[in-house]
Amino acid sequence: MTFPAYMTIGEKVTYIGLRVFVGLVLLFLIAPILAIMPLSFNSESFFSYPMPGYSLKWYEDFFFNSRWQASLRMSIIVALATTCIATFLGTLAALGLARTNIPGRAALMAVLISPMIVPLIIAAVGMFLFYSRLNVAGTLAGLVLAHTALATPFVVITVTATLSGFDRTLMRAGASLGAPPMTVFFKVVLPLILPGMISGALFAFVISFDESVVVLFLASPEQRTLPKQMFSGIRELISPTITAAATVLILFSTLLLITVELLRRRSERLRGITN
Amino acid sequence: MALAEALPGSDLVRTVDGTPLRVRLRQAERRERLKAIALIAPLFLFVLVTFLVPILVMLFNAIHDPDIKNTLPNTVAALSTWDGKEVPDEPAFEALARDLKQAHKDKTIALLGKRMNYELSGIRSKVIATGRKLDGVEQGPWKEAVIGADPAWNDLATWAVIKRGSGSYTPFYLLSMLDLRQDVDGSIVRVSPDRAIYVDILIRTISISALVTFFTLILGYPVAYLLATLPQRTASILMIFVLLPFWTSLLVRTTAWFILLQDNGVVNDSLVGLGLTDGPLKLIFSRFGTVVAMTHIQLPFTLLPIYSVMKTISPSYMRAAKSLGATPFTAFVKVYMPQTLPGVAAGCLLTFILCLGYYITPALVGGPTDQMVSGFIAQAINQENNWGKACAFGTILLVATLILYFVYNKLIGIDRMKLG
Repeated sequence: MTFPAYMTIGEKVTYIGLRVFVGLVLLFLIAPILAIMPLSFNSESFFSYPMPGYSLKWYEDFFFNSRWQASLRMSIIVALATTCIATFLGTLAALGLARTNIPGRAALMAVLISPMIVPLIIAAVGMFLFYSRLNVAGTLAGLVLAHTALATPFVVITVTATLSGFDRTLMRAGASLGAPPMTVFFKVVLPLILPGMISGALFAFVISFDESVVVLFLASPEQRTLPKQMFSGIRELISPTITAAATVLILFSTLLLITVELLRRRSERLRGITN
Repeated sequence: MALAEALPGSDLVRTVDGTPLRVRLRQAERRERLKAIALIAPLFLFVLVTFLVPILVMLFNAIHDPDIKNTLPNTVAALSTWDGKEVPDEPAFEALARDLKQAHKDKTIALLGKRMNYELSGIRSKVIATGRKLDGVEQGPWKEAVIGADPAWNDLATWAVIKRGSGSYTPFYLLSMLDLRQDVDGSIVRVSPDRAIYVDILIRTISISALVTFFTLILGYPVAYLLATLPQRTASILMIFVLLPFWTSLLVRTTAWFILLQDNGVVNDSLVGLGLTDGPLKLIFSRFGTVVAMTHIQLPFTLLPIYSVMKTISPSYMRAAKSLGATPFTAFVKVYMPQTLPGVAAGCLLTFILCLGYYITPALVGGPTDQMVSGFIAQAINQENNWGKACAFGTILLVATLILYFVYNKLIGIDRMKLG
């Protein structure tokens, strides 16, 4: 390694020291996630290296065992329902928030964002008490309502972010060319905010798919989602299937990360923001 | 056609149909605003019903306490003029006997016993036994009969519990979260040391959160600095190391630590293999494990706000400082670091707030002495079925969180919160 001639010894030490330290921290961040992936291919049911052999049996268990299969299916159903409602309500609200100076906008925003702020356990306790009175606690509908409430702030934030750079003269241009408001919305506004909407929808999906606290209190055994199954799987009997489940979920979140990043770039390009 | 110029003497600008432009503008603005409200209303109502009302129900349940009043209506009425100085007389005992017999018949007596037991350990079985023993008794004197059934009724403390529970609302749960209770005469006193566990839990929650916040800052600050100063391409690649864990679910990351920290797990095997320890260390179900896992999970939350502030700091300030003779260290501490403080405040506050509400990670990786407020809320519900306690704990946690968010909002602004 060559340093510029003007650098003092101290600066060289700092330069190297900083890079070593950062390298170790990044290792700390990524290592736990990378370390458990290979363990999911272990042929024996213990959690350490070296592994005596390789096997796909934990994946077989994850994808074909009726308990895991049912929980995967339940998670997807709840997350899809949550995504649809949250994206619809959240996009509408973001469009409204972007329109004019509404009185009390800050307070309104605080209310709409509040599900993101309040600790999940508090939401879980309150929801259980209130939803039981409405007879929706322990039902699929109740779980979807709860997850939708938790997911909407993320949709509002992502769509609002897309709208913040939105050029409103485009809407006027559309209207001046004779398009009715609905046509302007579908032909001009929607294509531009679509990346934000999709990001918001992905966020909503992930929030519901990963949610592991409210579901523990609010869901009956019939609504055993994947996080609930994993939580009890860890607490009750440690089956290496959880490593397979974790690996599948890590790959899934990686995929989502890439998608959101691509969408963000596309959205910035569409709105003419360049780095 | 009433054009503006057709009305001499009027300096108002008018629209085609003659209405003043000002009026039309106001109408248009109002219409615009109504449209905006119509767009926001569905979500607002949805959040109100599915989220805010449940929170209010929780707050209400922290003080709502109808059990004693509902099960012992006659006793409560008989005690309305009781001064609490000594055990009440025959009329109160007669009312109590009537209420207990009724409660025994209605099978609500267990609920009463459970409620009274929160304030007076061991009273539950005595209340239930008294109800059972009085079942066949039809004749007074009741004072003798009731005290005969259980001497606990000759104790002032037992009656004080009933007296305090006479209303529909009680400060009992909230007070007990602060290790306080109401004495027989209604004054607020500290509970006996053997029952004073809740302040410890609050302090533990705050200290674990502070510790985790500290570690995320120590680890995150240099990383944010390097990422902000490296060329964009290299920084983008290194950013994956931060964002991938950030996007992996909390449960999955907790699972990863749960597996790695096992007695025969990867970490212990490596330590033994390297000869650093003789036998496996106690990593899982410990404070150490909890803090490590929480630091890992929270690190991106602290790091990213610091990074985004550092990105906006121009390198020319540092160059200026150095050209004026500052050593690199002085320049960094005196010029660079103060500019990063908004990011540090944002990141640390966010992490601290999120840590206060942690449940999953301490539950899976921590031991019994590492459980935080959320864990005790879950325990109050799952094991003790004590909703008043759970709601009171929740109230304390909520108040703490909201105060910190208020600070956060003043410093940074909640709607400027970024997602990844």
